[in-house]
Order: sequence, then structure tokens, then C-alpha cells
Amino acid sequence: MEITIISGKGGTGKTSITAALVSLLKNIVAVDADVDASNLHLVMSPKDYREEVYVSGFTACIDYDICISCGVCESYCRFDAIHYKQERYEILETSCDGCKLCSRACPQNAITMTPNDKSRWFEGKIAQGTMFHARLAPGEENSGRLVQIIRDEAKKKAKKQAYSHIIIDGPPGIACPTISSITGVDKVLIVTEPSKSAFHDLQRVWELTQQFSIPAFVIINKYDLNLSLSQEINDWCTSHKIQVLGKLPFDKDFVRAMIECKSIIEYNPDSKSSKILRTASTELMHE
Amino acid sequence: MKIAIASGKGGTGKTFVSTNLYRVGQKITPQLAIVDCDAEEPNVTQFVSGTNTKQETVTQNLPIIDAQACTFCGKCYEYCNYNAICFLPQIQKISVIEELCHNCGACVYACEHGAITETIKKIGEITTYAHNINIIVEGRVEVGVASPVPVIKKTIQCVNNAPIALLDSPPGISCPFIATVTQADYVVLVTEPTPFALHNVRVTIETLQEINKPFGVIINRADIGNNESKEWFISQNIDILLELPFDIRIAQVYSHGELLVDVEPRYYDMFQDLYAAIIQNIEKWK
Repeated sequence: MEITIISGKGGTGKTSITAALVSLLKNIVAVDADVDASNLHLVMSPKDYREEVYVSGFTACIDYDICISCGVCESYCRFDAIHYKQERYEILETSCDGCKLCSRACPQNAITMTPNDKSRWFEGKIAQGTMFHARLAPGEENSGRLVQIIRDEAKKKAKKQAYSHIIIDGPPGIACPTISSITGVDKVLIVTEPSKSAFHDLQRVWELTQQFSIPAFVIINKYDLNLSLSQEINDWCTSHKIQVLGKLPFDKDFVRAMIECKSIIEYNPDSKSSKILRTASTELMHE
Repeated sequence: MKIAIASGKGGTGKTFVSTNLYRVGQKITPQLAIVDCDAEEPNVTQFVSGTNTKQETVTQNLPIIDAQACTFCGKCYEYCNYNAICFLPQIQKISVIEELCHNCGACVYACEHGAITETIKKIGEITTYAHNINIIVEGRVEVGVASPVPVIKKTIQCVNNAPIALLDSPPGISCPFIATVTQADYVVLVTEPTPFALHNVRVTIETLQEINKPFGVIINRADIGNNESKEWFISQNIDILLELPFDIRIAQVYSHGELLVDVEPRYYDMFQDLYAAIIQNIEKWK
């Protein structure tokens, strides 16, 4: 079974809850799909690393010895990445999408494409099995494809080791990396909190899961910060036939556990939060 | 002048800082603007709003292949750098995979038989609200659209004439974040003193340094974690603009969609000082 933990809004507790779920399981593959701000590895401390290069895309590069400043490239660029500056055309690297059209259109063949190869992905051993995570180089693109790659690797690993579960810590938001981290999974767990913004984001991210027809479950984190809003979220879930797997209190142990690089289950196994997460995990993993 | 409020890690308090800064800034900067650039999950208008004055649809071109005119030469398939064309010449099938298309125009350029035209697809909406003499702009991408970048770029263009615009940035460090901070003159990073947030903010800072953007940091919930973050900022000579305490009251006010500076006067002064410190820092960098 493949399960992804997402939230829409950032900072609701995805990674802390993923870490707790992972530490309750055995023989699994854990994947951190938040490739531009990964954190799960800080808790799971993977060992015996394998490191691979990820080419995220290409950036256009003008050879000024050949360029005649005709401006054809600028007229074709739809990403506003080519500008006439100081008597020559320049590529704005942060805007270049790597589509290669300028290079193809250039009558002088003055534009080449250079690979963006600073991103990496990693595989390592953890107590519960194997973990995959990645580091998208600053400003690089195609985070969705990187998510796809580590998910494919995770599936291969799970098959090879006969592991039955893959647990994926998803990114915030609802666009490409989130879409890549939920397509084809069996279940999605949405972590929310009782704030107007998190509730709004929950509704949008749930709508996304529905576009892909994936069964969604909810955990309300820090529910006691606003009891009436927690109730409202709970009612909304009921009316949309979404099972609420648990309501976690605001608990500073989550931060204390994080500082010791442990999951809440390892840090304080008998706490109320750990108990709630154990029950939620059993429900979630139920076939 | 544009000031981006960003973070790397989500949920550290970007929107909280932007909206409270906007409230105190209104009294200081006439025609101040706030822009919600987190087009995937926009939240600014839950805290500040005005009268709806303008709604604009953001569209993108989508290629359409006329199978009658197509000779199945495969040139568009070869030119598409995003694998967005499904090409099966043996059974004379060709189509565009909408979700993968980046709207670059390479296929239209490639086709020598006039078989590819473009239609328009809605990818998002920009709403502008007037609020006294200030403006609030929200970018919102349609659910299911892969890239919010075109919406973000267009949203920011709406405030090109504002004397100061606060840009509430999306999380992460990839394209949506870059699309926002490249437009800013100064970046305010909101972080927390936790290992997760420190790990993310370091990468964010690396990114900002690479694109040469001046920035300062705000440590939110400064007393919940450890000292590692603060010590690291000091060792790197990074400006710490403000340390906000952990206060359950802040979390409660935020959860109700209210502005802290409206309900807790002591924080009003704190944000006023922060606003002044940011403006002063921008002058320093100039």
C-alpha cells in the first residue's frame, strides 16, 4: 500500500506525523517528496547513502562570438527569459524554462542548452527499512519529475525487498510536486489544523485528491487551539464522507522530539499524542 | 519597491507577518499594496479585505493538433522538451497531454503542415480589492493546474505602480518561490528555531545569495526550539529583524482569521518597529 501525507498549508505537522507513522511500522519504504524543503531525513537519520544526480532541466546559453543580436530568440521566448541589455541579448537564468525553442530558432546556431545537474536524490537505510529523499538545487525546476523518480525508485525497492508499504511525506501546496506525490497512491492523509487558512487549504487539497479519485483521510492537529473551528472542520469532513482519524492536542513534545531528531513515538511513547497516532495508524493501514 | 515575505519551510508565519505588516504599514506608506503570491493556497484575504474592484482571468495557450492535417512526421514530438505529445504513428494517433504542456510554443514552431493551432485555457484568477487608498491583490491558480508561475508573474505585475508592495511568497525554493523573490527588492525570511526550519532556511538563503537578493530574518516562536538557528545567523552576519515570542494568543488570533496588531496593542508597536527596520535595511542595501 502506498500512502501520501499532505496538507495544502505548510507547517501543519506533515513531517512530524509522517515520522510517527513510519516509526510505528516495519519493513517499509519512506519517501520525502518535499524535494525543495525536505526534513524527514533529519528524524529518520538514514545510513549507507547512495547518491544520484538529477538533471532537472536545461538552461539556454548564448555564445556571443557567434551571436549577431538579431533578436529572433527573444521573439520566440514565452517565458520572458531573454532581454536586450547593454547592447546584447541576455538569458535570464531564473526565468528560462529550458524549452529549447530559442536554440532551435536561432539562425546562427549560437544558443546551446546546458544541463542543470546540481540536484541530487538519496537512498539510505533506516531502522524500519529504506528511505528516499532528494535535494532540488536552489531555483531548479521540475520538482514534480524528481518526486516521480524517487517514487519509482521506492517502488522498485519495495518490490525487491518484498516490503508491503510505502509512506510518502508530501510537499505543501497543490501544484506539480503535490500532484506527482499523490498520483496513483492508495490513500492520502491530510493533516490540518483549526485555522481559517488551514481549513481553506484543506478544502482545495481535498478537491485535488478527488480529481484523482484517491480516498482521503484527515488528522486535525493542534485541535485545542480553536475548538469551534475544529468542530466546523470535523463537520465538513463528515458531510464530505471523509474519515477523521484523530484529533491531536497542541503538544510541545512535537518540537522537543524534533530537536532531538526523534519521532514523537520514540520521544514520548506513552503521551496522549502517541496514543492517538497509534490508533490513527492502525485505522489508516487497515486494508 | 517590492518586499517579499518568504520562508522555505511552510507554516512558519509568512502570511501572519505579511498581513500584520500591511496593517501597520498603511498608516506609514500611503497606497501600500499587499500581494498574495501563494497562488496554490492563497490566504491573505482571510485576514485583510476590501471591496472587490477587479477580477481578471489568467489563461495559457494550449496546442491542438488537427489529425486530418497532420502528416505524422514526428517533428513536434521531437521538439517538445516536456514529453507532452503522445505520438503513435503506427496507429495514426497524436495528441497533447495537457498536464505536461508548458506552453512554450515549440510544437507550433516545429509543425510545417499548419496542423497545430492554439486555444486558450483558464489557469487562474487575479482579484484586486480596493481597501481605503491601499490595494490587495490575490493570485489563485485553478485546482489541478501544474504550474502556478504564470499566475504569480501576472499577479505581481498588478502592483508595479505601488510605492511599496508586500509580496506574500509561496513556500519552498523552486519555481513559484523564484518567480516571487526575483521581483522583490528585499526579502524578509520568516523562520523558527527548529532543526526543520533551520535546514530549510539555510537552503533558502543559499538561493537568495545566488540571485543576489538582500534579505533579513524574523525568528518566529523564538523561544520554542533551540539556539542553533540564532547562533548560525549571527555567525553568518545575517540581519535578525525581529524575534517574536511563542504566545498561544498569537496562534488563537491567527486561527480566527484576525490580525494580531488589531487586537493586541503591544504587538502593534512591535510590528511598527519591524516595518521601520525593514525600510531602513533596504536603504542600507541600496
